[in-house]
Amino acid sequence: MRLAAFTLIAAAALLRAADGPGTVPAGSASNKPDQERVETPPPPFTDGIFPCSNCHATQPVNRTRRELKDMHTDIDLRHDETHRWCLDCHDATNRDFLHLASGERIPFEESYLLCGQCHGEKLRDWRAGVHGRRTGNWNGTKSYLLCAHCHNPHQPRFHALAPKPAPRPPARPSR
Amino acid sequence: MENDAKHNSENLSRRGFAAAAAGAATWILTSCGPKRLYEVPKDRLRTKISELEQRYQQRYHEHINVADTQPMAGVEYAYALDLSRCIGCRRCVYACVAENNQSRDPQIQWIRVLSMEKEKGVDLAHADPYYNPPEVPEEGHFYMPVQCQHCENPPCTKVCPTAATWKERDGIVVIDYDWCIGCRYCMAACPYGARHFNWAEPEIPTAEINPNTHYLGNRPRTKGVVEKCTFCIQRTRTGRYPACEEVCPVGARKFGNLLDAGSEIRYIIEHKRVFVLKEDLNTVPRFFYFYAT
Ligand code: SF4
Repeated sequence: MRLAAFTLIAAAALLRAADGPGTVPAGSASNKPDQERVETPPPPFTDGIFPCSNCHATQPVNRTRRELKDMHTDIDLRHDETHRWCLDCHDATNRDFLHLASGERIPFEESYLLCGQCHGEKLRDWRAGVHGRRTGNWNGTKSYLLCAHCHNPHQPRFHALAPKPAPRPPARPSR
Repeated sequence: MENDAKHNSENLSRRGFAAAAAGAATWILTSCGPKRLYEVPKDRLRTKISELEQRYQQRYHEHINVADTQPMAGVEYAYALDLSRCIGCRRCVYACVAENNQSRDPQIQWIRVLSMEKEKGVDLAHADPYYNPPEVPEEGHFYMPVQCQHCENPPCTKVCPTAATWKERDGIVVIDYDWCIGCRYCMAACPYGARHFNWAEPEIPTAEINPNTHYLGNRPRTKGVVEKCTFCIQRTRTGRYPACEEVCPVGARKFGNLLDAGSEIRYIIEHKRVFVLKEDLNTVPRFFYFYAT
């Protein structure tokens, strides 16, 4: 169910891709010609949640790890949750950004850099076009999805989904 | 003298007749009756195709565009499928049916997804195409979609008595449905079960017809002909990805140009564990299975 919702978000994001896609450098591992541009749709924010500073700018920063009671109660963190918490990825001083382990701030459009800190081999494959879905042209402009379009960053594991109907077995001749 | 001249002119006219007869015979052989696409003179092709479009118009009450896009230079297509990702959801099967105007009833599906047990590995003898659990993937199972492998050395094209099926320059194995006589030799020759026969007049709801077709691909077929995956020739020859590649929710499907060293297909072949189905038959498939992790 959640995956279905996510797929919807991804689809909606894809539709919106026209009004402001980010561009991913085609990757270090490859020697792709310039025409092989790769585009990503905007990050899949829940409606109305971005920019985060709308609310957070006026709030004091509370760095203590705690259970969230008032806001973001829908987030059930299952992503190495024993070691990590919101501010390990979200930037406390500018809420509209994420940050890397180095402290370097990155926009949500480049969240793959953050994911790639731990999942380096996935990032490498994603850049080469091997991990994740690509749409568009095999010999021209392609669209990638960001990691977060398919994997909920707070619960990245894929959820099972219902298969489409099985083929009909061939009919036996009647005698 | 006079006699000689007479003899000469008679000779000439006889020779002239022979030449004319040969010319007529050639004309009859080359311009009457249906042709395989590659034999049709380019100037006649458009007429032939617009005739076809008119026939479709009558049958489906909709304009169906039949393209004859030629292979691109320096391109040979290949496909790769990540077995460590596929979850057996069959989204690809139905995207293929819709894109390629496959008959809904009787049911024809160019892609068949096999469910296999992880313990047994790739074991076609124990594969199940009819699996139908409420949710996939199932515990202990993996899934292997099978479709036309576009072999480098295709057994199917060799057995066709009318040469109605052949391999194009860009590696796509195609069928000219107008030349197929329905003998189904190719189906017997194909080791992958990739070819399907129209046992009855194919039925597609008019609203679901895809009007963007290719002569050698998804144009509507009739009863009595064989069909199969064409790597979405109508899309890929214009640079697009095949329909199954774009729909896969887990991104297990990869497609590209084998001759382009920077393509994802080459990256996969060079960096991942890759195998082909029934390698021992020396069919040399252009369809690779791989494990990304
Ligand atoms: S759509 Fe992708 S995951 Fe689903 S069966 Fe086809 S290849 Fe497998």
